[in-house]
Amino acid sequence: MSRVILEVDHLTKAFGGLLAVNDVSFQMYEGEILGLIGPNGAGKTTLFNLVNGVYKPTRGHVRFLGQEITGLPPYEVVKRGLARTHQIVRPLNEMTVLENVVVGACFGAENLGLEPAARVAEEVLAFVGLAEFRDTLAGKLNLAQKKRLEVARALAARPKLLLLDEVLAGLNPAEVERMLGVIRRIREQGISILMIEHIMQAIMSLSDRVVVLNFGQKLAEGRPQEVASDPRVIEAYLGDPEMAKKILEEEA
Amino acid sequence: MKLLARPFFWLIVAATLVYAALPFWGQNVTLRETLVLSAIYVILATNLNLMIGYTGYVNFGSIVFFGLGGYLTLWLVADHRWGLYPAVLVAGAVTSLLAFLLGIGVLRLRGAYFALATIGINEAVKDFVANFDPWGGAEGIFLPFTAFKAMGGPGKALWTVYLLIVLVMGLSLLVAYLVKRSKFGLGLFAIREDEDAAVVLGVRAPLYKTLAYSLSAFLPAVAGGLYFFKNGSVVPDEAFNLHLSIEAIVMVMLGGQGTVTGAAVGAALYERLRGLLLTIQGLSNFHLVIAGALLLLIILFAPGGLMGWLYRVWPRLRRVLE
Repeated sequence: MSRVILEVDHLTKAFGGLLAVNDVSFQMYEGEILGLIGPNGAGKTTLFNLVNGVYKPTRGHVRFLGQEITGLPPYEVVKRGLARTHQIVRPLNEMTVLENVVVGACFGAENLGLEPAARVAEEVLAFVGLAEFRDTLAGKLNLAQKKRLEVARALAARPKLLLLDEVLAGLNPAEVERMLGVIRRIREQGISILMIEHIMQAIMSLSDRVVVLNFGQKLAEGRPQEVASDPRVIEAYLGDPEMAKKILEEEA
Repeated sequence: MKLLARPFFWLIVAATLVYAALPFWGQNVTLRETLVLSAIYVILATNLNLMIGYTGYVNFGSIVFFGLGGYLTLWLVADHRWGLYPAVLVAGAVTSLLAFLLGIGVLRLRGAYFALATIGINEAVKDFVANFDPWGGAEGIFLPFTAFKAMGGPGKALWTVYLLIVLVMGLSLLVAYLVKRSKFGLGLFAIREDEDAAVVLGVRAPLYKTLAYSLSAFLPAVAGGLYFFKNGSVVPDEAFNLHLSIEAIVMVMLGGQGTVTGAAVGAALYERLRGLLLTIQGLSNFHLVIAGALLLLIILFAPGGLMGWLYRVWPRLRRVLE
């Protein structure tokens, strides 16, 4: 087995009395695509926010490549090689697509100057298929393009680990296919990916392993097929497991 | 960046030189005084633009830097017999440092809360100075006549100070341009667009904002020192005049926030407009009403100001006029 790239260790985040993430632990290995799934409100995005430093955990630790990054601010985390995208896209609207990606390159892991950053940005834009929109204001892109811009900005930071938060949500089937291609090619570059996704077909075909969250706790972990047939997971998603089984059998 | 190869750099240099030369034509003192005021407006607006236009933080109390610079300079010159040059430089540096320390705290606030805090800062400093005996309390500081002697008498000193104020104006434009074309500026614009997203992208927002705030204090403080030295006195109400702070916001919005040309042109236009209104009988105290209405109209109908409108009509202009 290859090196551990990310270690989430008994991580807990409380908002008042609500435990949004409750004692979650898992490890991720270099080169792996790890899927993070769970019903709405399970704490997936909160977990991302804890890993990249948007929130400080109430308890627990996050280690990246063996180093403690718990509680570091996001701008430090990204410089160590851990970049992320946002579920609700956050383009820098009044800046061009190219400028958006240059920001990612300038302030990312390599801490580039403006000119080398522009070269990296052009390269990344071509990679995600946004090259023709380089001079468009980011606010004018459609949703699929904004999602690709999110990925481009994160990639421009030259990460070793990429957190993708529902980059497929809201896309039509053709756009989903295109984004899946981008994700596969990112993995081919040797970048590890931790992704939150609701489109099960996509997560099952892409992920090496899957972690399931429910009500802030880790419910299951394993290979996609194992997790998909786990009665607890089916129950979390569909309610009554017996009923769910019946439906699945009828479908088949 | 190869600065000398940039047309906009030479535009700034040329505009500053022409501006400096204008009143020497026939030793026109009236024109000189108008141009001093106009240059002060350009300095205030251009530096305020670093916060409003670049970083997206509306500083309602930017005049506090101008006033502090004035007070520190006159105090050093009048009470400690300093020369004008070291006095304005130290006044600028001290004001800038104070802004940095203040910024660490106050820039944790966002939006309207930050704006309110900046008004509070200006009013608090004004009240403090008005009760601070070493600075003359409400009476302020008066320069002894001898202060001008070192500069060849009052007549010559006023011309020298005029040139210095124009120099500070040129430097303000240059700093605004350099920041805009730098990695630092890119970080600021990212903060303006979406601070949380910028932080996730790696922009060290707390430091960047504070540096921008501190930088936006330096040249206005130097300008304040020069301006009140020229006037020969400084009193709290004039130094920390909140009206001028708000007028500076109108200038930035009028010309186009976030653009170097916009802030400068907005300031010059506003000075003309104000001058016009002041001379019309019955409208002499009306300029603030006009300023308020103007600000409202710009925000509602042309948030990009004059430059935003020009860029829309003529997109290629974006590359030429920064």
